[in-house]
Amino acid sequence: MNEQLTHMTKQVTAGKLTRREFMGKAAALGVSAAMASTMFADAARAAGPKKGGDLKLGLQGGESTNSLDPATYASSVPFANGKQFGDTLVEVAPDGSIEPRVAESVEGSADAKVWTFKLRQGVEFHNGKTMTSEDVLKTMERHSNEDSKSGALGIMKGIESMKADGEYFQVTLTEANADLPYLLADYHLIIQPDGGMDNPGAGIGTGPYQLEVDEPGVRHVFKKFANHWNSDFGNFDSVEVVVINDATARTAALQSGQVHAINRVEPKVADLLGRAPNLTVHSTAGRGHYVFIMHCDTAPFDNNELRLALKYAINRQELVDKVLRGYGSIGNDMPINAAYPLFDGSIPQREFSIEKAAEHYKKSGHDGSPIILRVADGAFPGAVDAAALFQQTAAQAGIPLEIKREPNDGYWSEVWNVQPFCASYWGGRPVQDQMYATAYLSTADWNDTRFKVASFDEMLFQARAELDNDKRKNIYSQMGQMVRDEGGLICPMFNDFVEGVSNQLEGWETDPTQELMNGQMSRKMWFA
Amino acid sequence: MHPILKLVSQRLALGLLLLLGASALIFGLTEALPGDAAQAVLGQSATPEALANLREEMGLNRPALTRYFEWLGGIVQGDLGQSLTNKLDIAESVGGRLNNTLFLAFWAALVSVPLAIFLGLLAVRYRNRWPDKLISAVTLTTISIPEFLIGYVLVYFVAVKLGMFSPLAMINDSMSLGQKLNSIALPVMVLTMVVLAHMMRMTRAAILNVMQSAYVETAELKGLTNFKIIYRHALPNAVAPIVNVVMLNLAYLVVGVVVVEVVFVYPGMGQYLVDHVTKRDVPVVLACGVIFAAIYIGLNMVADIVAILANPRLRHPK
Repeated sequence: MNEQLTHMTKQVTAGKLTRREFMGKAAALGVSAAMASTMFADAARAAGPKKGGDLKLGLQGGESTNSLDPATYASSVPFANGKQFGDTLVEVAPDGSIEPRVAESVEGSADAKVWTFKLRQGVEFHNGKTMTSEDVLKTMERHSNEDSKSGALGIMKGIESMKADGEYFQVTLTEANADLPYLLADYHLIIQPDGGMDNPGAGIGTGPYQLEVDEPGVRHVFKKFANHWNSDFGNFDSVEVVVINDATARTAALQSGQVHAINRVEPKVADLLGRAPNLTVHSTAGRGHYVFIMHCDTAPFDNNELRLALKYAINRQELVDKVLRGYGSIGNDMPINAAYPLFDGSIPQREFSIEKAAEHYKKSGHDGSPIILRVADGAFPGAVDAAALFQQTAAQAGIPLEIKREPNDGYWSEVWNVQPFCASYWGGRPVQDQMYATAYLSTADWNDTRFKVASFDEMLFQARAELDNDKRKNIYSQMGQMVRDEGGLICPMFNDFVEGVSNQLEGWETDPTQELMNGQMSRKMWFA
Repeated sequence: MHPILKLVSQRLALGLLLLLGASALIFGLTEALPGDAAQAVLGQSATPEALANLREEMGLNRPALTRYFEWLGGIVQGDLGQSLTNKLDIAESVGGRLNNTLFLAFWAALVSVPLAIFLGLLAVRYRNRWPDKLISAVTLTTISIPEFLIGYVLVYFVAVKLGMFSPLAMINDSMSLGQKLNSIALPVMVLTMVVLAHMMRMTRAAILNVMQSAYVETAELKGLTNFKIIYRHALPNAVAPIVNVVMLNLAYLVVGVVVVEVVFVYPGMGQYLVDHVTKRDVPVVLACGVIFAAIYIGLNMVADIVAILANPRLRHPK
């Protein structure tokens, strides 16, 4: 039997046996379906990618108001679009390292203040122009200059000057930052001709697929760009991003084969969906976390005892089980988990404890008036339920939580970062520095817990300039514990990306950076 | 001037006035919503600097009244302007969506209106017997179930299990008419079920009402068949209320189907409008609102005029 199987896998590798035939013959040999499926996938992977076919992605997170201008990207569909038509200088690889894109290599000075990107030569834009260092410079300027409306403006702040020099592009920073390449891998920073200064929404980049149809909120079609700099990227003839915001419609579309992959499978149907024979549900541990945030500078949350009381009063495991249905992991009141490089796993996990919560609550001397927690399901899916569970466990410790339900519409402008205690969501960042700099630095615009500690800021800058990874890890560990014990963040859980992918596709890789393999499906996968 | 012409022109003028009022109301209400387009576009990633720049570019710093009258000035010249959020030409994008909405509404109406009237007639013919009860029971059941549920049930059984028709009703210009009809088959079924009962019951009630009158008795005594009496004598006299309810349902098919659009991922006006309200894209919201209002007002006007034309007493007022 073994010989026959080996022969069969060889045939698959040679492309002589289809999936259906292989599964049928394997079953005849008494191999279980799951086993045969794995064997087929391995054999097919060994055969290497096949070219051709039209890939259809059914995604949540697209609106009729979407633009192709990378500066405006804030949801899943625009993000996915950008990954089709655009390239960034570098990309974060699935293992957390930096992978080259239109920059061949990147080098930092010894003090981590000057970063030089060597640009690939002969890279062609979809409009036929050849990419120059001027285009790169203009792109970065458009996202960082005074008139910038870019979602990436926040991460471009530490830049002192930039210059284009032949095949090099150089960035000089005001403060040392060993993680600069990660910042420039941000999905907003797609290199556009002339930096997109003249026509930002044209959808012209250097990506493996070029724009064909743009119907915001409905679909976006891209066809293979013949002159892409890397012929290994992009195995499909075309990619269609179909906007399907309704969860049930999305799963039905995948089940009936209308699309080949969907994002945001609802945890409550993930198990059921996974039983369907023609698809696989992938659950990828990411850096996104569902949180409750308190303003450390606003009464009553300016009292660390009260903050600790609330942190002890939340039953993390229950939330992971009930809100995420197990598709996630428990948090430790800091925004960092094992998905980050340089994470210190030895920091003790905060456990749910009614006694400790009651003790800290007593010490805080709170007057017993209801503590108002503002929530909406727009903050994160299941936020209202999570708050209700939190309210019950807090009540056991004698802490009176009052839930105030807010409308989804306008939640990010009216409640988040405005009200002192509310539910929120963070998508995570590729590296610890960026996460802390975005939301925990005293001067950060998005410091949504009003966590302002001078020694913490100092450590952040110290870690940035530190090129020795052991020392950096140590500093990050201290910073994490500081946020955990003194911060305004109650982080009960990290959510997984739960996605459904048709078994017709091969080449899935687990990538914690962003959903759907960090948008790289259309580059790296292929039809079996 | 002919009284009918006079009536139509009066109604038209009133309609325009209503449209103006509606646009002012929509503008005022959208302005009153918390946040603005710049804030909504940037969302969680808004920095004060980026917000200020975006507001400047979108022209949101100017007073509300100025913006409203600019928009009004544009629309009287037939210019709907540009979307704030993605800079696309509104007339072009709304045009495509409106076409889709009308396409779906047209086919749903083509199926449901004749079916409803026929079932209504049938119910009268066999009133209080089992066909009447069956028709009433079935249509009242389908109207009582929320339309999204009917949609999901059809998607699950018809599209996923049986593999007939597409669960996604996504149509685009490159499809042939046959492909388009195949795509919209499920939403048309759902919409038919949703609007059927209202029209059917109204037809039944209106005709039953007429059936009590003396001339129907005369017709019966003449020896006409039951169905012929209903068809020739009762229906023409009951046409006014039926047209009224048909028009109401047509208007619903055009402006009220956002839930069905979401379930079947249909690229119609409803979803388009909701997206732009969420993003506070005022010019687009205004454009959609005015189109919807115009359709409502127009269809109601048609209903009134038909009711008058169908009634000789109103057609020739003394």
